[in-house]
Amino acid sequence: MGVVTLTIDNKEVKAEEGMTVLEAAQSAGIYIPTLCHHEKLETYTACRICMVEVESRGRVRLDTACSHPVANDMVVKTRSEKINKIRKTLLELMLAHAPDSAILQEMAEEYGADKGRFEKESSFCIHCALCVRYCAEVKKKNAIGFVNSGTKREISFVPEIASQECWKCKECFPLCPTEALQAAYVLAGALTFPVAPFELR
Amino acid sequence: MAQIKSPEELEKIRQEVSTQRDPNRPCISICAGSSCLASGAGEVIAAFKAEIEKQGLKADVDTKAAGCPGLCEKAPIVVIYPQKICYVQVTPEDVPEIISQTVVGKKVIERLIYTDPNTGEKAAHEDEIPFFQKQMRLLIGDNMKIDPKSIEDYMAAGGYSALNKVMRDMSAEQVIEEVSKADLRGRSGSGFPAGFKWESCRKSKGDNTKYVICNCHEGDPGAFADRRLLEANPHLIVEGMIIGSYAIGACEAYIFVGDEFPQTVENARLAIEQAEKYGLLGKDILGSGFDLTMEVCIDGGGYVLGESTALMASMEGRIGEPRMKYDHGTDRGLWAKPTVLNNLQTWANVPLIINQGADSFAAIGTEKSKGTRIFSLSGKIKNTGMVEVPMGMTLREVIFDIGGGIPGDKKFKALQVGGPMGGFIPENLLDLHVDFEELNAAGLAMGPGLVVADEDTCIVDMVIYHLNFLANESCGKCTPCREGLKQMLRILNNITEGKGKESDIELLELISEVQQDAALCALGQGASGPLLSTLKHFRDEYEAHIKEKRCPGGVCKALIETLSETSA
Repeated sequence: MGVVTLTIDNKEVKAEEGMTVLEAAQSAGIYIPTLCHHEKLETYTACRICMVEVESRGRVRLDTACSHPVANDMVVKTRSEKINKIRKTLLELMLAHAPDSAILQEMAEEYGADKGRFEKESSFCIHCALCVRYCAEVKKKNAIGFVNSGTKREISFVPEIASQECWKCKECFPLCPTEALQAAYVLAGALTFPVAPFELR
Repeated sequence: MAQIKSPEELEKIRQEVSTQRDPNRPCISICAGSSCLASGAGEVIAAFKAEIEKQGLKADVDTKAAGCPGLCEKAPIVVIYPQKICYVQVTPEDVPEIISQTVVGKKVIERLIYTDPNTGEKAAHEDEIPFFQKQMRLLIGDNMKIDPKSIEDYMAAGGYSALNKVMRDMSAEQVIEEVSKADLRGRSGSGFPAGFKWESCRKSKGDNTKYVICNCHEGDPGAFADRRLLEANPHLIVEGMIIGSYAIGACEAYIFVGDEFPQTVENARLAIEQAEKYGLLGKDILGSGFDLTMEVCIDGGGYVLGESTALMASMEGRIGEPRMKYDHGTDRGLWAKPTVLNNLQTWANVPLIINQGADSFAAIGTEKSKGTRIFSLSGKIKNTGMVEVPMGMTLREVIFDIGGGIPGDKKFKALQVGGPMGGFIPENLLDLHVDFEELNAAGLAMGPGLVVADEDTCIVDMVIYHLNFLANESCGKCTPCREGLKQMLRILNNITEGKGKESDIELLELISEVQQDAALCALGQGASGPLLSTLKHFRDEYEAHIKEKRCPGGVCKALIETLSETSA
């Protein structure tokens, strides 16, 4: 693996080829906020909070730091007016679900996000999929997954698997960035009403 | 039938098929496209067969269940050859009269011919009907002469001559050069040069296993051009894809199409089967040493599957969700192999380019957009159907001259161009030309569907319809798309219920901006298309809802009731 040199926030950073911008920034002690990223899990690029400005071969584009591969002479900006605006709005959209989440509140303070900007949403879930992916990729159990698509998408346990596996595990609970009880609540629902788990909740 | 082993043999068979057919022999061609079948074409076809039998004409008159000519508004369509007399909205009761009067008696039945909805003029022949006259039907012009279930019909109409030419005279590089010279651009709406894509894939060092995909997903509400073309003339697509695969060096080709179009799937599968039987697909095609298999791949049904990475994920058996990509599909596409994905209409143009030559193809259209474009016309328009127009025609000509304008003396309000992620334009922009750059500059995309809205339409209500569609069809993976759409819909629904605030428009624009910048895939990035284009061109309608609590289209129930209460 070769070594590439790039600039992140005016700081020269050396990184290994194949690394992402996020990994390069972290190795240089530069902070980029993340929500759906987890070292043990595959890149997911769903929360979009790690968006940065990448200038490469004369072209500037916005992309997620957690997925964008580093390249020689790349210039990365982790903050700009545009990025602040994106992060602020994304946080406001997520705060509509979880206004009391500690991590969201901390970020909201940094970006001046107003948790009352959008009307409150009924679920705490911000769809980071950490629970879903952890169960699938690390535990290899697939006891929890997504049901429905689009704006109706939500997490749901598979009762047949969950009733066998979840009591002794529960490792996904603390991963949740919004409300540790979220998964527990959904799990309880799945096990109490295994026949029609989504409709009854 | 025997496997064809060389271009010469194919030429011989094509000649035989053509000479066996007497151009002066009467043939009753009935459109068996989905629209016509839904309007009773199946019964009409059966009635013709029974009547011909009854009158003892079986030896003298042929019937044909043909491909869709495009005039779906007047379904079922019947054309009597060789006179080319066109009858519209034919019922089984008309059949005995048509046989005795027209086929035997050579007389035209006035009551069944096409009447122009605007001028009241009658047209008895296919080529006199203004709807057809004003089009440039290079790709769909022969549909009524071809039974989509018959490879011989396609050959008799000149089909597989391009493949023959390629296999006999052209190297792969020459084919790519010809397609590049013709300046064929991606008909999905992106306008990406097809020749460049093919060349990138051919030269890709990634792997020698290469794939070719035809995207016939076409999920836009109101659009039906791609699937109708595949249904009407599947061999055209098969031929285009064989030529393309040869040029690229692909060994497998897939037609990606939705299960919700059973007729299209059936015809495509049958066409592949027939081509295999003739040896036009399989091992050592026409003795060239080139192998290719082709398959119809049924999509999972979601709109987002039209997006290339989601489409390939779905074909691989994974969840049909878009993913970030840093490699071109031509290097790492399907199963991480070099892949060319082109829209169905892009493939359809390939045989034409090979047959007529790049120069003659490039002579049609504008400076940067060459050839023709097939649109489906729907919504509040007189001639609903599939039309093919040269690039460079104005949208006004397409809607009013070919489409016949708006039914019922209503006024035109908006035209949707480019599907649910495209935009709506008002009347003063109808002089835009069908041209990739011109439509892009106006914030539109060259999607296959044109949908017309008349004065009785509420713009806000229509935008809600499309955003609801996208909210259901989005995969829901990324925040800006999922949450953004949810909030946009909430705000817009409030506006139509009379609960709109003046700050709403600004907030809608902010969400749109973040969606465009931050969404994961093209669906999310384009989801604000209907909203932004109407905020630009129909802002007064939003303001009427918000400030005056009035719905100009007379659609939003809450506002109509409020108004009648206050006036009472």
